[in-house]
Amino acid sequence: MVIVNGMEDEDKWLAEGIAGIQHNAVCLHRALDSDNLRDALKYAAQLLSELRTSRLSPHKYYELYMRAFDEMRRLEIFFKEEDRHGCSVVDLHELVQHAGNVLPRLYLLCTVGSVYIKSKEALAKDVLKDLVEMCRAVQHPVRGLFLRSYLAQISRDKLPDIGSEFEGEGDTVMDAVEFVLQNFTEMNKLWVRMQHQGPFIEKQKLEKERNELRDLVGKNLHVISQIEGVDLDIYRDTVLPKVLEQIINCKDELAQYYLMDCMIQVFPDEYHLKTLETLLGACPQLLPTVDLKTVLSQLMERLSNYASSNPELLPEFLQVEAFSKLSNAIGKVIAAQVDMPIVGTFTLYVSLLTFTLRVHPDQLDYVDQVLGSCVKKLSGKPKAEVSKATKQVIALLSAPLDKYDDIVRALTLSNYPRVMDHLDSGPNKVMAMVIINSIMKNKTCVSTSDKVEVLFELIKGLLKDLDGASTEELDDEDFNEEQNSVACLMHMLYNDDPEEMLKIICTVWKHVVVGGSRRLPFTVPPLVFSALKLVRRVQSQDGDVTDEESPATPRKIFQLLSQIIDALSAVPAPELALRLYLQCAEAANDCELEPVAYDLFTQAFVLYEEEIVDSKAQVVAIHLIIGTLQRMHVFGVENRDTLTHKATGYSAKLLKKPDQCRAVYACSHLFWIDDQDSNKDGERVLLCLKRSLRIANAAQQMSNVTRGISGPVTLFVEILNKYIYFFEKGNPQISPSAIQDLIELIKTELQSDGITLPWSPALDPFLTSTLRYIKFQKQKGGAMGEKYGAIKL
Amino acid sequence: MNYIIGAFKPACHVTVTFSDEKSRKKVALKKEDGQTVMVPLFRSLETISGRVSVEPVLGKKVEHNGIKMELLGQIEMYLDRGNFYDFTSLVRELDIAGEIYERKTFPFEFSNVEMPYETYNGLNVRLRYVLKVTINRGYGGSVVQYQDFVVHNYTPTPTINSSIKMEVGIEDCLHIEFEYNKSKYHLKDIILGKIYFLLVRIKIKNMDLEIRRRESTGSGSSTHVETETLAKFELMDGTPVRGESIPIRLFLSPYELTPTYQNINNKFSVKYFLNLVLVDEEDRRYFKQQEITLYRLADSARQGETL
Repeated sequence: MVIVNGMEDEDKWLAEGIAGIQHNAVCLHRALDSDNLRDALKYAAQLLSELRTSRLSPHKYYELYMRAFDEMRRLEIFFKEEDRHGCSVVDLHELVQHAGNVLPRLYLLCTVGSVYIKSKEALAKDVLKDLVEMCRAVQHPVRGLFLRSYLAQISRDKLPDIGSEFEGEGDTVMDAVEFVLQNFTEMNKLWVRMQHQGPFIEKQKLEKERNELRDLVGKNLHVISQIEGVDLDIYRDTVLPKVLEQIINCKDELAQYYLMDCMIQVFPDEYHLKTLETLLGACPQLLPTVDLKTVLSQLMERLSNYASSNPELLPEFLQVEAFSKLSNAIGKVIAAQVDMPIVGTFTLYVSLLTFTLRVHPDQLDYVDQVLGSCVKKLSGKPKAEVSKATKQVIALLSAPLDKYDDIVRALTLSNYPRVMDHLDSGPNKVMAMVIINSIMKNKTCVSTSDKVEVLFELIKGLLKDLDGASTEELDDEDFNEEQNSVACLMHMLYNDDPEEMLKIICTVWKHVVVGGSRRLPFTVPPLVFSALKLVRRVQSQDGDVTDEESPATPRKIFQLLSQIIDALSAVPAPELALRLYLQCAEAANDCELEPVAYDLFTQAFVLYEEEIVDSKAQVVAIHLIIGTLQRMHVFGVENRDTLTHKATGYSAKLLKKPDQCRAVYACSHLFWIDDQDSNKDGERVLLCLKRSLRIANAAQQMSNVTRGISGPVTLFVEILNKYIYFFEKGNPQISPSAIQDLIELIKTELQSDGITLPWSPALDPFLTSTLRYIKFQKQKGGAMGEKYGAIKL
Repeated sequence: MNYIIGAFKPACHVTVTFSDEKSRKKVALKKEDGQTVMVPLFRSLETISGRVSVEPVLGKKVEHNGIKMELLGQIEMYLDRGNFYDFTSLVRELDIAGEIYERKTFPFEFSNVEMPYETYNGLNVRLRYVLKVTINRGYGGSVVQYQDFVVHNYTPTPTINSSIKMEVGIEDCLHIEFEYNKSKYHLKDIILGKIYFLLVRIKIKNMDLEIRRRESTGSGSSTHVETETLAKFELMDGTPVRGESIPIRLFLSPYELTPTYQNINNKFSVKYFLNLVLVDEEDRRYFKQQEITLYRLADSARQGETL
């Protein structure tokens, strides 16, 4: 309620003030129109008296000020025309000072001062100096600030700058600089003082009001920066020290922050670079609550933009040791600002790092230094606190990755992992993912085991349960994604040298093996395939490896492989392990390593026997075994017999009849390998097929008994196809009559199916196409046609 | 010109003219009736000369027992029932007893008249110079005519004119040091100075510099002192903090000031003071008064002063 009234009152006061100005403005215009100097001065003073109010907030006061300002411009034009009022500028200068009230008097004095300088009857510097001194008489912050900002405004185009008409004859750039600096200093003092003007409860309101006024103060710095004559020397020797002195001494949070920021924004980057030490030296001297991280970040951003747009300046950056200066300054600031939240600290480091990466991308040691400082800062801090700055730390760690497109460079940073260690498991994983994604995106190849070691050390958050994180409930989807990423990553590790590659694999394995049962199914397969790739490469490189001393022999790799796959038993993941064993066996086959291949098969069979209990899994597994075994050529007769026997045996022992049947007829291929003449045993093929027929029959009958119908004849047709296959391949045991018998059998089966409908080919498309195939072969003629001739349909 | 407004109709017109009427500088003089007239300005030891013309009213003759002219320097004390004290009185006989039929002029001259005091119009006292023409008539009353003039006396620039510097304050509350560049100012002078705030524990709202005139009349136990503020000049707006210094620049020319008068004819004195007044936010006033000496400097002696 109070505030509402306050607002209304303020509007009322403002309206009164405006009315006062308007009223006097009318009188003033009349006086000006009749060239009446005395009246003009009188009404101008009355008009300006409206600015003496203390009741308006800066915002509203500004409105009033602007109106008065417009009137002063008119008055100034009148002052300039001596023939209208007949008073010399010198007399005018005295005349306006007769005004009894200080504020109108000084506005008028500034206005005449402007004319005075223009007339060149006095040195610009003398007039300016006098004005800036006289304005001390207004100690009220808001009124003083506006008065001085009026002074700044009217003097802007009259500074004795280089090339200005007011330069020379005792007026130099230094005079201009000193004038603006003094006005700046005084304005800042007033501005800072504003906070002590009101009761404590209004502090917030005051701060807001002060903020509204800050640009009045900052304008002065802008003016200095616009003075042509302010070169580096003047900036370094005069402007900077004076401004900094003021900033430091004013001991005000808002002012220190704003003005530092202002300095950085208004002056050229080149100056900042050349005076870096001075500028940075001021930072630790500021109040501990000043938001220096933003200030310094701005500075570093500007400098790095400067550097990247002018690459030729790089030596200069090195020469002034920009990095070490910044780094030092940041260290000091952090030390000085004990209460700076860790987020702030890290924002600073991120900025510094960004600067380093942009300006000195080659100086990895700089980057490492920054990270080192972070480690120092982090050590001893509880993780809970660090977690507040997670975003910053991740940004910190991501920056080098983004910059280098090449994780390998980041891997040489010794402090990188140490920083990462301070992350909580969650963010740690996020970071690990960032690293992996960076590698994937840039298709970076990590080529030495040392680097792999470092890399895996970095992403260990993904590779194992970190301390204290095991109880965490993980989202399955996230987990899968993480592990898939790790799996992808493994394919990026590559070295042409087999020996080194093996080392890489061993290193990876070392890290992966501790991953636990949830991770191994994801991580083992890529590793296995990676190793297999190596095996094949070694194999193809030098036909047969005789150098047993070489660490990277296929035999050794296979040893490692069985070890790796064996780890899956703890998971357990028998199906996966089985597949991998079979893959390895095939590779061993290609390497002509019979014992290894045999051993691997054994492992596979053991798994089948002991671990794979699910009947469906068994079906899949047995087919895999059969398929793989079929392709093996390395085995001697004995080994082969053992294995095929086993496979056939397991096939016949499957739970479901149709499965049995299919497995058994698949086994037939184990005895007829097309490109190996030694491995063509027609009799055993026929045996298998007959056996499967029997099983099919049994299945048919069983379904007849249990369900009343004997079901489709699919199994028979499938067997028929096998017959045809071997028939074509020239298995002497498969005669056309056998095929014909089988066809008859199928037809009978179909008719006895209890379905009264006459049999039609459309009822079984599989059978129909099989029959059509036979017909086609018969009609085709040639050797095959002749062969088929014996079959009658 | 002046007419004598007597109880009876005037017998003749008396007119006084100065010999250098045209070239002599004139200054404004406030008469008793509040009107301002322009009268000639003289300095001490100047010769005052001119002529008096007597013109009888049409067709009448003026019989008289002699015509005389007096130059009077008078001090008039308002509190003393308007008593005059003539500190200077010079007489010239213009005509012996006789009759005047037509306009007749008489030259007069007071050579090198000593006029040590300046014309002054104060609150309780007035110092005036006047030429008094008296036509003595035995009956029907004498005809008296007055002609005012003003005397200003110039003082050379003082050789010793030190600045005024002083530290004043209220313990643990306010300490200031002020400085006026001189202790003696001429009437068109500029007071320059500075006020340093050494300690500020109160919230000052503004600060003024006043010029005060203290006029004391009479002597001994009957001394009467009257003070008036002739100028009120705002020096500062707002609350200064420790270490601030506020400039002073006050032009004296706009104000109606006189030189300092010290014990004029044992009748009165006029002194001037600079009064520095600080007002705090509760409208309490803190002040320090400091006497300055004002003197009149010949216009020719003033250099072109700026700022």
